[in-house]
Amino acid sequence: MSDDAKTLMSIYKTMVTIRKFETMAGELFAAGKIPGFIHLSIGQEGSSTGVCSVLRPDDYLITTHRGHGHVIAKGGNLNRMVAELMGRKTGYCKGKGGSMHIADFSLGILGANGVVAGGFPIIAGAGLSIKLRKTDQVAVCFFGDGASNRGPFHEALNMASIWKLPILFVCENNCYASTTSASYACSVIDISARAHGYGIPGLSVDGNDVLAVRKAAAEAVERARRGEGPTLLENKTYRRRGHFEGDPQRYREQTEVVEWEKKNDPINRFAILLRKKKILTKDLEDEVAAKADSELKEALQFAEQSEWPKPEEALEDLFINS
Amino acid sequence: MSERIMSCSAAIAEALTGEMSRDERIFIIGEDLVYHGGIFGQFKGLPEKFPGRIIDTPISETCIVGSGLGAALTGMRPLIDLHFADFVTCAMDEIANQSAKIRYMFGGQVKVPLVIWAPDGAGLGAAAHHSQSLESWFVHTPGLKVVVPSEPADVKGLLTASLREDDPVVFFQHKKLFAKEGPVPEGEYVIPLGTAAVKRQGKDVTLLTYGSGYYLTVEAVKELAGLGIEAEVIDLRTLKPLDFKTIAESLKKTYRAVVIHEACLTGGFGAELVARISSELFDYLDAPVLRVATKDVPIPFSPPLEKFVLPSVEDVVKAVRQVTYR
Repeated sequence: MSDDAKTLMSIYKTMVTIRKFETMAGELFAAGKIPGFIHLSIGQEGSSTGVCSVLRPDDYLITTHRGHGHVIAKGGNLNRMVAELMGRKTGYCKGKGGSMHIADFSLGILGANGVVAGGFPIIAGAGLSIKLRKTDQVAVCFFGDGASNRGPFHEALNMASIWKLPILFVCENNCYASTTSASYACSVIDISARAHGYGIPGLSVDGNDVLAVRKAAAEAVERARRGEGPTLLENKTYRRRGHFEGDPQRYREQTEVVEWEKKNDPINRFAILLRKKKILTKDLEDEVAAKADSELKEALQFAEQSEWPKPEEALEDLFINS
Repeated sequence: MSERIMSCSAAIAEALTGEMSRDERIFIIGEDLVYHGGIFGQFKGLPEKFPGRIIDTPISETCIVGSGLGAALTGMRPLIDLHFADFVTCAMDEIANQSAKIRYMFGGQVKVPLVIWAPDGAGLGAAAHHSQSLESWFVHTPGLKVVVPSEPADVKGLLTASLREDDPVVFFQHKKLFAKEGPVPEGEYVIPLGTAAVKRQGKDVTLLTYGSGYYLTVEAVKELAGLGIEAEVIDLRTLKPLDFKTIAESLKKTYRAVVIHEACLTGGFGAELVARISSELFDYLDAPVLRVATKDVPIPFSPPLEKFVLPSVEDVVKAVRQVTYR
C-alpha cells in the first residue's frame, strides 16, 4: 500500500468532495429541489474514503440509504448522481431510484439499498460468485450499527465464514440507528466483537481517522484476495446530521453534535496531518476546494438542465424486454 | 421429436443437465442438495455430474435467495432451491424487495437471471407450514415472472426456458407431482414463458387451470363427458406473463369459464382471471365465471380436514354444471 503524497492528496480530495456533495444535497433538499428523503454522511467521510481507497475498479461494493459517500469514493459520476437525486432522466437510474438507490454496475457498485441490512445477502452472493468464477476480486458491504441487529447480518457472516468468501463487512457505527442509539440497541459495545461468533477476524478502528481505516481495510482486503476469507471491520464514527434531512433529532443534545464537529472532524484531522507532513499547503487546500466546488457546480448545472423523464417511462426497465 | 415416459423429477434433472452442460454459469444453491439430491431427490445425479456447481447451504433462506441474487448481479445464473415454497416468507425481502426491483429501480442497468425453485402444494399431510400455494403473492409483485407447471413435459420445457431468462423467475413445482409420469420430448425442449396450452378441446366451457389444479380438472372432465359436457382445458403454465390471448380465443368459443387452482380462494390468481375476463370479454359471457379453490384457512394436518379444505373433482363438476346450467 502506497501512501505517497499524491495518493494522500487524492484521498483528501475525495473526502472534501463527499463533504461538499452532501452539503449541497442538504441545501437542495431544503430548497425543495430534491424530492423524497435524503440521508447524509457528513462526518463519516473517513470511513467511506478510507475503505474505497484500497479497492480496485473491479471490486464490488454495496451500500445503504446513507450511501452517497461510498458511491463517490468508488468513483461514481457526480453529474449522474446529482441528476438522480433530482429525479432527472440523465440520472444513474433514469430517475427511478433516487438518493437511496444509486448504482453503477460498471464500477462494481451493486447499489445503495433502501432496506436496512438488505446488502448482506447480496454481498454474500457477490463473494460466492467471485469464488465460483475464480477471480481475485473483493466484495465490500457497508452497513450501520442498526443493520448489525438484523438477521441477514448473522446469516451472511456465517455463510461468508464457512465458505471463506472474499468479503469485507464494514460497519459504520455512527452511534444512531434512526432515533435509537447504538448503546441502547446493540448487545455489545464493539460491533466487531460479533465477528468472533462467526470465526472471522473483527476489529474496531477510529472511523474518523482515514488512514487508520485505510490500513485496516487494506489488510482485510489483502487477506480476502489471498482466499483467507472475510473480515468484519467496525469504523467508529458519528452521524452529524439527522437520520434524514428534517429529522427534529429529539433523541440527542445538539451539544453532542457540536462536540464531534469541533473535536473529531475526519477532514480537519486529516488536513492537520497532511499539513504536518508538509503535503497540504494553504494554496493546495484552496485548490482542492475550488476543484470540488467547480465539479459540483457543473454537476448541478447538468442536473438542472437535464430533462425530466417522460411519465410513461415509468413503465420501462421492469423486464429485459420491456 | 421423440418422446419417452418419465416423471416430473426425471424431467427436472434432464432440463438441468441439459442447461448446466450448455451454460457453465448455472449453479444450484440450497439446502440438502449434495448428499440428498434435494429434499425430494429431484436433483439426484447432478452433484456427481457437476461437482462444485451444486452448493449446500446452511439453513439461511434469506441468504440463500440473496446470495443467488448477488451472484446473478455479478455474472452467474443461479437456480435457488427453496426447499419448501412456504419458506419464501424467510426470504421475502430478497425476493419481493430486491430481486424483483433491482433492475427497475436502477434504471435497467443490470439483468437479474435467477430462478427461485419452490416446491409447493398440499395433499401430503404436511400441515400449515409445508403445504401452501403462494403464487399469487408473486404475481402481485411487479418484476417477477411466475411459472407453475403441471405435466412432466411442461416441467422440462418451462424449467429450460426459465434458466434462459434474464429476469427473475419464481418456479412453483407441486410436491405431489414429482412422481407423476408423462411423455417428455427428448433433447432440447423449450416452452417460452407466457404460452398457455390448450390440452383438451371442447365447446361447452373453458376450464382455466395450472399446477396441481390441472390433474383435478382432467379427472373432472371425464365425469363431465359422461354428462354430455365437452370442456376445453387450458393449462396456463405461466401466470406472469399471462397468455390471455389463448384464454380469450377459447372463451369466444365456449362463452363460459371456471378457474381451478389449489391456492386459497380470496385474492387468488382466479380473482385476477375473473376480473380480466369480465372487463375484456364481458360480451362473450353467458354465465358468471366461477372459481374452484382451497377454502380460506391454513392447510390443516389431519387427512379428513385437509381433504375437506382442498378443492375436489366434485367441486369442479359442480361449478361446471352451474355455469352450463346443466
